[in-house]
Parts: sequence; C-alpha cells; structure tokens
Amino acid sequence: MLLNQFLVLGAVLFSIGVYGVIARRNAVLVLMSIELILNSVNINLLAFSLRSGTPDGHTFALYVIAVAAAEVGVGLAMVLLMYRNRRSIALDELAEMKG
Amino acid sequence: MVAADLLVAQNVGFYLIAAIMVIGALRVVTSNNVVHAALWLVVVLAGAAAQYVLLAAEFVAITQVLVYIGAVMVLFLFGTMLTRARIGAETDLNNKNWLLGVPVAVLMLATMVIALNDGFGNEQLPLDAAPVDTMAISDQIFGPYLLPFWALSFVLLAAVIGAIVLARKD
Repeated sequence: MLLNQFLVLGAVLFSIGVYGVIARRNAVLVLMSIELILNSVNINLLAFSLRSGTPDGHTFALYVIAVAAAEVGVGLAMVLLMYRNRRSIALDELAEMKG
Repeated sequence: MVAADLLVAQNVGFYLIAAIMVIGALRVVTSNNVVHAALWLVVVLAGAAAQYVLLAAEFVAITQVLVYIGAVMVLFLFGTMLTRARIGAETDLNNKNWLLGVPVAVLMLATMVIALNDGFGNEQLPLDAAPVDTMAISDQIFGPYLLPFWALSFVLLAAVIGAIVLARKD
C-alpha cells in the first residue's frame, strides 16, 4: 500500500472538517467537525508511525484521543451553559463582545 | 511494482472504507438534522478505526471504538437532546456565509494533495510490518513520553472539574 493514500484520505477529511467549522452555525455541529479534523490527524500519525517502524505515532494518537475526549466534555458543557442562558446555540448570535 | 507488492485485498478494503468515510464526513457537514449528523459521524469514526487496523495499530483502533463511538458519541447525543427539544430536519443550521467555506476547503485540500504528492509520491509502506503490540506503546507512554502523559492527566482533571463547574445549576 502507498503511504500517500492514507495521507490524502487524512487531507480530505481535514478539509471537510474545516468546511464544517466555517459553514455550520449550530455549536454541536461545529464540535462534530472538529472531531473529523482530529481523526484525520490521527490517521496521519499512524501512517507515519508505520512508515518509520516506531510506536511513537501510536502514543501521540492515544494522546490526541484523550485530548479530544476532554475537549468534547468541556465544549458540550459550554454549549449547555449557552443554551441555558440564551435558549439558542447559534454561534453567530454571540455578539456581546463585538466592539 | 511487482504483483506481489500490490496487496489487492488491503487496497480494495482501503478504498471501500475510504469512500464510505468521505461520504459519511460530507453528510456530517451537510445534513439538516443534528441527530443524523451524529450518526453519520459514527460511520466516519468506525471507518477510521478500520483504517487504523490496516495501519497495524490495533490498540489505537480499539481505543477509538471505546472512547469515540462509546463515550464521545453518547456525549454528542446528550448534548443534542439537552439543547433542543425537536428532533427532525431544521433549516437554520448553517451560517449565512456558508459558501465561503467551499473555496477555503477546496484550496486547502488542493494545496495539501499537491504537497503530499510532491513529498511522498509513490513511497510504499513496509509490507511485512508486525502489528505494534500494546507493551511497546506502554513502554513509550511510561518511558520517554511520561511528561506529556502527566500534562494530559492534568488536562483531563481540568476538563472534568471545568465541565462540572460550567454545567452545574447554581
């Protein structure tokens, strides 16, 4: 198998995730797009780990998974707080800090 | 390239799973229904776990299934459930200027694909790689990568406390 096919798959998923972060208005859907981005990074880490023959990439992939879990926990807590205060989780309505 | 180097079964599996993953990812970012988007995300995450197996990373694949499909998806579905009452298609899930995302994503993808083709071209992955065993990974975590592991422990602790403080009613 080519190394490049995994890297290109990662690039495609990353771009789709970036599109989701830009285009989505709903906060939960933005968090889902961030998960897509993190997964594409993991595919790259594991592909390069197989290429170099060392388990370093596996270690970092596990760290990325743990950080993603923490990020989703805090992110969804923030979304719940936002919903409780405003009855809406639309990100473009958060304009209080606009100068 | 010799015929023995082609690994037909693995390549067919890769492209099949990759196609399913790309379709699923596109549905995640275009679906009009938050619950459907979450379920398509499960498809993408399961496909990623399958790709990890193809990359000889069984422990990471199992962790992916346990943490992402098991825990993170439940969190997402809870978040969906707690923030909106209605389940069904909605019309206001996208920004007004969502079209701006298309050229950004396409340009980024084109740049990355060109760079990757230049850099790695036809480089083959090693054919006879043994799966990385869990002991090697634990030797890494509790050896040279101990400091990031500690930092990660504090990140998780902070996330737990932060989530409780943020979501608590007072």
